[in-house]
Amino acid sequence: MIQLDNVSKVYQMGNVEVPALQGVTLSIEQGEMVAIMGASGSGKSTMMNILGCLDVPTSGSYRFNGADVGQLKDDRLAEIRNQDIGFVFQSYNLLPRISALANVEIPLLYGNSRNRRNRAMAALERVGLGDRIKHRPTELSGGQQQRVGIARALVKDPTLLLADEPTGNLDSQSSADIVGILIELNHQEGLTVVIITHEPHIAASTRRIVSMRDGLIIEDRATSEKTPGQAAVLGERPRP
Amino acid sequence: MSLLDTLRTALSSLGSNKLRAALTLLGIVIGVSAVITLMAIGRGVQQSITENLQSLGTNLLFVRPGESSQGGVFGGQGSAGTLTLEDANALVDPLFAPSIGGVAPELRTSGQVVAGRNNTSTQIVGVTPEYEAVRNFPLSTGQFISLGQVESNAQVAVLGSSVAETLYGFRNPVGQPLRISGKQFQVVGVLESKGGGFFGSLDDQVLVPITTVYYRLGSQRTPQGGVSVSTINIHVPDVADMDQAIQEVATVLRLRHRIIRDDDFTITSQQDTLETLEQTTNTFVMFLGAIASISLLVGGIGIMNIMLVSVTERTREIGIRKAMGAKRRDILLQFVAEATFLSLSGGGIGVAFGWTLAWSMNGLTLLGGQATRTAPSLDVAILALAVSAAIGLFFGIYPAMRAASLHPIDALRYE
Repeated sequence: MIQLDNVSKVYQMGNVEVPALQGVTLSIEQGEMVAIMGASGSGKSTMMNILGCLDVPTSGSYRFNGADVGQLKDDRLAEIRNQDIGFVFQSYNLLPRISALANVEIPLLYGNSRNRRNRAMAALERVGLGDRIKHRPTELSGGQQQRVGIARALVKDPTLLLADEPTGNLDSQSSADIVGILIELNHQEGLTVVIITHEPHIAASTRRIVSMRDGLIIEDRATSEKTPGQAAVLGERPRP
Repeated sequence: MSLLDTLRTALSSLGSNKLRAALTLLGIVIGVSAVITLMAIGRGVQQSITENLQSLGTNLLFVRPGESSQGGVFGGQGSAGTLTLEDANALVDPLFAPSIGGVAPELRTSGQVVAGRNNTSTQIVGVTPEYEAVRNFPLSTGQFISLGQVESNAQVAVLGSSVAETLYGFRNPVGQPLRISGKQFQVVGVLESKGGGFFGSLDDQVLVPITTVYYRLGSQRTPQGGVSVSTINIHVPDVADMDQAIQEVATVLRLRHRIIRDDDFTITSQQDTLETLEQTTNTFVMFLGAIASISLLVGGIGIMNIMLVSVTERTREIGIRKAMGAKRRDILLQFVAEATFLSLSGGGIGVAFGWTLAWSMNGLTLLGGQATRTAPSLDVAILALAVSAAIGLFFGIYPAMRAASLHPIDALRYE
């Protein structure tokens, strides 16, 4: 599903060329749950941007669902982001002036989807927020806001969920809830989930950890199916 | 993204900063209402000028003596005393001039008019009985000058209404004595008020028999020896015959004056004058509109300014929308829709406001002068609306393009 082949990305900062990725080869299959780890500056954010079709590689090739992303036009990339990829951000990135429901409806606006209200409502119910749809993001707690973010990522039934430090701004209880939702989506619905994080215990709850440093993958290992961390997260999560 | 959704999104964005939207709107409101009001005033002036002229009758021809050039001294049009009373009489000819209705010669001079202790300096117009019908001067009291009075050079006068008021106040002037340039006259009638004209008031004149002006009030003599006239007014019953009538008059006069090459007279129609005047006043109205348009332009720049601020402020929102799959076109349309909505609703309010203002100014007397007349018109309103929509598009497109061309990553990272 995801096929990175010797991908590098160089940013131009004035006259200086900053290499962010220096030849990354990685493949992720449908239904996997992968954590990408690394310190800041390791290139993991660039990795996320490229995986999410927000940016294209400088060299090398990225095939997403068989399409060579580097060759696609901006509008086609927008379509892929709209239909196949759901983003969950560290800072939620909700629009502050509109309701949770309206926020979740945004991806539906850009695909001319029918039945928007019901689909957005269903997505909110999936993340356990069915009762707070009229609230604005500012009236919700961090954990609730991130659930709205997940609902928004899910509303178009994407094939890939990209979470960039999804628990970075949350307390441990909310973090556990959010990670629990992501794990459940992966386990029960077979959604491919890529989490970018620098917290080892969150990475440990996935099945595969890709570690990065200086724009290169330094380690790519599988975790055991049920790590203690994952079990703990699952155990802590209150079942609705 | 459907157009309806675009509009809805634009509206909700504008609604989130109502004060700013309202102030931006105000710029356009002021611009559009200025255009509407000033154009209404301009059109009002134009209409009253035109109507004034039309009240004299549109189916009139004026024959005036041509330029004179005697002994190297060049006189302007009308200076030569080449037209006579006989010329005027000759034009009443159903054979040579069938298109012509009434013919009314006049001879103008100016003089001091005295009645008792009151006096005024005014136009003295020598006329024949036909003048009443041809120039459409109905009487309010008394009688018009008769043929007998013309033939006998009688010292009788018909007063314009404002002259009558100046000299006699509210008393009835008919039968009262009057001195014109030192000669004794008697008032026989008073004209109905015609209202102020733009070329001197039509109420400010005194009509006397044409022969009286010529023989008793002193005027230039013609080479032919007949009574000279300054203008021959000709009424053409059917406006369609106007060109035909001009030809007939020219033919008759050329024959009488034995002219082979250059005419010693000029014929103008009321329609000519009207058209010239309309052109002039159109320029005036356009000038007013152009001045008002400047404020509309300033309003448009205000929109652009606010849209640019808005794009910067909402960079992150743009990034989010792009990450969620918004295409360039979607973002472009959203911002253009916001700008256009602002300008168009500003235009709508401006039209309503300007129209109300123009309407309430109608008939108002400002600065003690004539009553202001305004004519708000639908075409100006529609034009102003269209222009304000165009302004929104024009000034909205640059900020919108800036928004649309933002890179999603840069926009998402923007703090």
